[in-house]
Amino acid sequence: MVMHTKTIAELSAGLRAGDFSCVELTKHYLNRIHNSDLNAFISVTDDLALRQARAADDKIAKGEGGILVGIPYAHKDIFCSTGVKTSAASKMLDNFISPYDATVSHKLNQANLVMLGKTNMDEFAMGSTTESSYYGKTHNPWDRKKIPGGSSGGSAVAVAAGLSAFATGTDTGGSIRQPASLCGITGLKPTYGRVSRYGMIAYASSLDQAGPMTKTAQDAAIVLNVMAGFDKKDSTSATQAVPDYTKNLNNSIQGLTIGLPKEFFSTDLDSGVASKIMAAIKEFEALGVSVKEISLPNSTYAIPTYYIIAPCECSSNLSRMDGVRFGYRCDNPKDLQDLYLRSRTEGFGEEVKRRIMIGTFALSAGYYDAYYLKAQKIRHSISDDFKTAFGKVDIIIGPVSPTTAWDLGSIKDPVTMYLSDIYTLSANLAGLPSMSIPAGFSQNLPVGLQLIGNYWSEERLLNTAHKFQMQTDFHQKTPQRSEAMA
Amino acid sequence: MQSHSYKQRRLVIDNTQLEQIANLAKLNIADDALDATTKDLNNILALAEKLSEINTDNIKPMAHPLHMTQRLREDKVGEQNQVQIFQSIAPKIRDQYYLVPTVISNPSDSG
Repeated sequence: MVMHTKTIAELSAGLRAGDFSCVELTKHYLNRIHNSDLNAFISVTDDLALRQARAADDKIAKGEGGILVGIPYAHKDIFCSTGVKTSAASKMLDNFISPYDATVSHKLNQANLVMLGKTNMDEFAMGSTTESSYYGKTHNPWDRKKIPGGSSGGSAVAVAAGLSAFATGTDTGGSIRQPASLCGITGLKPTYGRVSRYGMIAYASSLDQAGPMTKTAQDAAIVLNVMAGFDKKDSTSATQAVPDYTKNLNNSIQGLTIGLPKEFFSTDLDSGVASKIMAAIKEFEALGVSVKEISLPNSTYAIPTYYIIAPCECSSNLSRMDGVRFGYRCDNPKDLQDLYLRSRTEGFGEEVKRRIMIGTFALSAGYYDAYYLKAQKIRHSISDDFKTAFGKVDIIIGPVSPTTAWDLGSIKDPVTMYLSDIYTLSANLAGLPSMSIPAGFSQNLPVGLQLIGNYWSEERLLNTAHKFQMQTDFHQKTPQRSEAMA
Repeated sequence: MQSHSYKQRRLVIDNTQLEQIANLAKLNIADDALDATTKDLNNILALAEKLSEINTDNIKPMAHPLHMTQRLREDKVGEQNQVQIFQSIAPKIRDQYYLVPTVISNPSDSG
């Protein structure tokens, strides 16, 4: 087994046993990144990574630190990292060298991990394909002509192609789960408020949540242990105690009840994806889980609800990008209006501008009640549907994406693109934890299975996902091209 | 990929309104992009029209998934002022002020 196919637990054991040093491991990953043609990274931080690797080797030699010491990871370019460009894949922040660390960055540094670089993404996390990045599109390692998903596409590719041991992601409407699904890895969006949003460049503040993107559910549990927890710097951070997410991974799931929402198995679902989801359900039944059909009637309104609320919040959040205090400023502004107008017009990409304008319109006088307030009310109904469902079932299961990865450049119409988010948006609107785990392949492309849990049930989700991965080997499959490299 | 299943019902905005929205958002839309941008925005707003199907008279709006209230803290000095670090990445500063072009024109001040 080569280093880049190992899980975090295996790498940690190898480092402790002296099978390889952290510097060797880091150089191996850096070499793979520099030889990769997938455009998964915006910045590769070789010097920083090697410095951190040497420090980790010292720690390991002294027998200090936890399981994550010296594990090389890829950081989504939406988390501020001191002294490193943090661009959110936008021309607007191409010159932004962060003067501070996001809390997630700080926690990973404190745990002595090794940051290999910052990953590509859709601009300001607005997209489902990683095609809207100022730094060019990212390719899916299973088929270079296909999208990797988005917005955390670079992170998903880094893990799937063996360019890092794990990656961080953020999920506002599916941005961890959908690329995890399309690239065949494990991704977890925790309960809203579980992971601090401080220093995470804001898209839609009532929906954004960070989480791990990993090879396995066990790895996700290991990483979440470090990422999660209350942060006084984030006013929406939750005070709930953080359990050891690895502790109950092996618990039996016999007797658990899984709900299948009928709305998640509509005619829009590709038959190849549907058959893999149904096969996964059979696996769960073999593990002693009972299955029940449920209904989330208002989930059919998730797309319009999300595509009003998220743009409203983004139009407010992105108003700080004005060319005055940081980021892009246009050349020779003739007056203050010109400075605002040209800095923003030249600095933002098309999709970002589109969402800012939708949000500006929906919040404007005379339209607020009909759009924003209405969407907030339906958001309540969507959330209530889950409350009813979790009175009957323990976990909700369904597909992540209606199809497998589609061709790069094949969807140009924004609305058609938005429709592909149908199964992931509801969990964000309700603030619930949700995962994507590999469930097989359709026409040689990965299919992801979505698990949605009740609030603060990450432990149960990870336990359920881990038991599934003990029964299946989909999560161990790697794209042929990454095997051939390095 | 699935097809566009929500049909556009009516035009919500025209090019003039689009220019007003763009101005509020401090964005410029090039003249040759006006029609296409208006069309895109109308398509998205047509999608949102589906929301009017539901009666929401007795439903409270949900602004936050955890229904949290704003946490208060003791009024004590925490982090120290780091103005120099934060202004080191500013496009233009002088004496700890952010410089922008002249707001109130004065013939003797070039800004």
